[in-house]
Amino acid sequence: MQITQLLPEIALSIMVLVLFATSLGKFKAGTLNLTALALSAIALFAAVAGCCEHCVLFFDTYRVDPLSQIFKIITTLGLFLVISSSSGLRGIAENLKAEYYMFLAIGAFGLVSLASSVELLTILMSLEISAFSLYIIIPFRHPHHYRDHLEAAIKYFLFGTIATGLMLFGMSYLFGVTGTTYLAEMAKVLPKLLHTEPLAVVGMILLFCGFFYKLALFPLHFLAPDVYTGAANETTSFIATVPKATAIAVLVRLAHTAGAEVGQLTWVLAVFAVGSMTVGNLSALVQQDLKRLLAYSSIAHAGYVMLGVLSANELGLASVIYYMGGYLLMNLSCFYVIYQLAPAGENLTFDHLKGLYKRSPLLAFVLATGAFGMTGIPPTIGFTGKLLVFTAAIQKGFYTLVILGVINAAISAFYYLKLVRASYSQEDEPGESVALSFPVKVLGVFFIAAIILTGVLPQSFIALAKEAVAGML
Amino acid sequence: MEKFLIANTLSYPILSMIMIVPVIGALITLFLKNDTVLKAWGFIVTVVTMVISFPLYSAFDSSTPKYQFAELRTWFPSVNLDYVVGVDGISVLLVLLTTFVMPLCILCSWNYIKVRMKEFIFVTLLMEAAMIGVFVSLNTVLFYIFWEGMLVPMYLLIAVWGGARRDYASIKFFLYTFVGSIFLLVAVIALYVTTGTFFIPALMEHSYSMTYQLLVFLSFALSFAIKMPVYPLHTWLPAAHVEAPTAGSVILASILLKMGGYGFLRFCLPLAPNATMVCIPYMIAISVVSIIIGGYLALGQTDIKKLIAYSSVAHMGFVTLGIFLLSSTGIKGAMLQMINHGITTGALFICVGIIYERTHSREIKDNSALGMQMPIYVTFLAIFSLSSFGFPGTNSFVSEFMVLIAAFAKYPLVGAASIIGAIMAAAYMLRLLQKMIWADSDGHAHHAGHGDAHGEGHAAEHHLFDLNLREIGTLGFLMFFVFWVGFNPKPLLNMMGSSVDHLLQQVETGVQKGSLDKVSQVVRVKTEGR
Repeated sequence: MQITQLLPEIALSIMVLVLFATSLGKFKAGTLNLTALALSAIALFAAVAGCCEHCVLFFDTYRVDPLSQIFKIITTLGLFLVISSSSGLRGIAENLKAEYYMFLAIGAFGLVSLASSVELLTILMSLEISAFSLYIIIPFRHPHHYRDHLEAAIKYFLFGTIATGLMLFGMSYLFGVTGTTYLAEMAKVLPKLLHTEPLAVVGMILLFCGFFYKLALFPLHFLAPDVYTGAANETTSFIATVPKATAIAVLVRLAHTAGAEVGQLTWVLAVFAVGSMTVGNLSALVQQDLKRLLAYSSIAHAGYVMLGVLSANELGLASVIYYMGGYLLMNLSCFYVIYQLAPAGENLTFDHLKGLYKRSPLLAFVLATGAFGMTGIPPTIGFTGKLLVFTAAIQKGFYTLVILGVINAAISAFYYLKLVRASYSQEDEPGESVALSFPVKVLGVFFIAAIILTGVLPQSFIALAKEAVAGML
Repeated sequence: MEKFLIANTLSYPILSMIMIVPVIGALITLFLKNDTVLKAWGFIVTVVTMVISFPLYSAFDSSTPKYQFAELRTWFPSVNLDYVVGVDGISVLLVLLTTFVMPLCILCSWNYIKVRMKEFIFVTLLMEAAMIGVFVSLNTVLFYIFWEGMLVPMYLLIAVWGGARRDYASIKFFLYTFVGSIFLLVAVIALYVTTGTFFIPALMEHSYSMTYQLLVFLSFALSFAIKMPVYPLHTWLPAAHVEAPTAGSVILASILLKMGGYGFLRFCLPLAPNATMVCIPYMIAISVVSIIIGGYLALGQTDIKKLIAYSSVAHMGFVTLGIFLLSSTGIKGAMLQMINHGITTGALFICVGIIYERTHSREIKDNSALGMQMPIYVTFLAIFSLSSFGFPGTNSFVSEFMVLIAAFAKYPLVGAASIIGAIMAAAYMLRLLQKMIWADSDGHAHHAGHGDAHGEGHAAEHHLFDLNLREIGTLGFLMFFVFWVGFNPKPLLNMMGSSVDHLLQQVETGVQKGSLDKVSQVVRVKTEGR
């Protein structure tokens, strides 16, 4: 074992330790912010540096391959973007900031190791490391204005443990029918068992449920809107993006384990996917709270992603990885705007967006790019992602699913457009202009450029994703 | 791919250039400050684009149906997706129309746009690039990207610089077009999965089963029918036209509406010939209904912009009618009608914009009796109105006449019904002219500045000065084309000739193949039966 093989994990561990040390003393918020930013940048750098590693560690339970390394980059990138765009944790109580950063880093560490776990108990361990740190940070919110965050925390915790319970139950079935907890061993027997053994199907679905909860996929979506609304803006932007990406990494592995033909699972997953899109989009239509709207939109996006997982061919799984990366960028760009508009970390509604164009053209443009991207308008990554996912699904002959998917995309256009309309509407008294510091402006331009460029020039990203899928075989 | 393409032999990659120049121009606007500078810059960029597009006309080889000035670059090899552009007789005129109309859009916004000039120029230039992209793409994904990419700038044009109900109109425009085009995406993907290519000419070579053709036809046709727009799907158009700023209306009328017709010719007919044959009666019925209902609705309008918007529905009815008559005269007439509608209706919207800048009203009754005060203006208005209902000697006469000839040749009843539409066009345009030039039915002009004592408080705000040089130049430019096409349509018809013949041939062979398949099926069934 070489040290380079675990670069991102080591960087994140160091980050956790340093942040732990800061939580013992008293530091100014600015210092803390800089420290966390620098450490997360190092973690991102480490993840990029370690991207070409390929090995199996720790008694074959921990696999470092292109798939895991891509998701490590996505995770650390997400962490870095969340920390950099949250500009000093406006929504978090003053005395909890150090701990907040620490738990965020622990969460990221858990997710990074989750991407590499290829054994059921390791998966469980990694998942719980990340889950528990996230349970803890949800109630970390400025206590002055809101009490919803406690409700959110309880809900997230209770349903989270129930989902874990379901997952464990599923794991026990799978262990029972296959006699192993290693995914690699399981892959040899499971495809056949799925056709003959009902228990295997039930076990798989229950196992999936643990990740559907992370992904906020229908029918495990119902608490997501409350949690997203109740948690601080920073927390929401993290839990709405990064754990989802990693959950997808595991789902991609599991879908692969179950064989290219997901078999009878297909129908169940198809219902979940369509349900997720439809429920998410229809509910998002009537939302006023922006975070709630984004919560429902993320439920819908989980549905699109599941279309790719369902297809389970190389293009399908590769496009899922690509789509997830794009979703992370687009969603974080919307949250970036929300942060900048909420000086005290409050929840925003459409009214807060009014006249945004005059107050800050850059923010309005970032929001428009993100919203149009999530609608799937070219030339953004949202379009290219949808194109690839739908192509994979049609290759498998899922015409009905794709048509339902595009109808949903049309529905979603309305509420994404509402975001753009609100920020570009002409107001006689637009209100105070929003002052942005230089680094924040750079970040805004980065979001715009990333969303458009990754959409226009997808070749290298898709090649990477395909390599990741192929490396898993 | 060589059998479909003739590589560009000019010294510069003309098709890419006319898309890149506006984009670069748009990016440069971000660094400009002064409004006048911005306007001048926008004008310069569009004029440069127009000038570099000239060779499309002068160097066009009208003897071949192949795609000319073609460029091919690898873009996304893992899914066999290339950057490939080219023009043939069907698209070249529309590209030229776009590059010629855009400078006028900047000119007619000179005083009309008062806020956010930088963004206006930015969005308009991006719009130009996207529209050209739609016409020159030879790749379904590229086409879709431009087709959808166009939505955003157009949406912003209406939503930011629009009139009082711009929110409603812009959302309606966006949703209608988006819903239409999302099915187009499914068709694009399905075609790719079946054939393994996105290259349009290669897709035309394949033959597809009847059900497949029908589905492809319907998903394409829905999108194009909304864009045209044909009768039951037209309701977004009046709303969008009325609320859009002048430049937005001109772009919408002159170029966007043409994309529906272009799409039918480029995709529906060659890709799904058998489905086209099945759908002909329905499409012709819808066209005739569009012609008549569009004219009927235009008769009752009091808002000048709405009147012209509804007249567009009628004019576009002639386009679909011409296309689905599937005769050489019909399709050429339809294509010429698209160009003419672009010239004439664009000019009419500019006329409305000019009078709106002066009287701040689009109601006919507020803008009556202009003849004495604005003689130059009403001259132009009269010429374009006459052209709009196809007065002999003007451009629309030629195209409507061709479509009507084709209609009478195939279905005399359809021709007779369309004549009613043509007569109604004369009725509503002459009514408009009569009221705007002379007076309202009670003999009074209601606009202020006429000196009547009961002017509604803003009498002094506007006095009606006649057109300035910029406006005369804008309208004069279009007027030149009205008469040029009106008296001498031959060069344009020549340019489209071989492509149209090729298209008809494609449809014919497709249909024959389809019926051969059917015959062989029948034979197979019979032999199996034995």
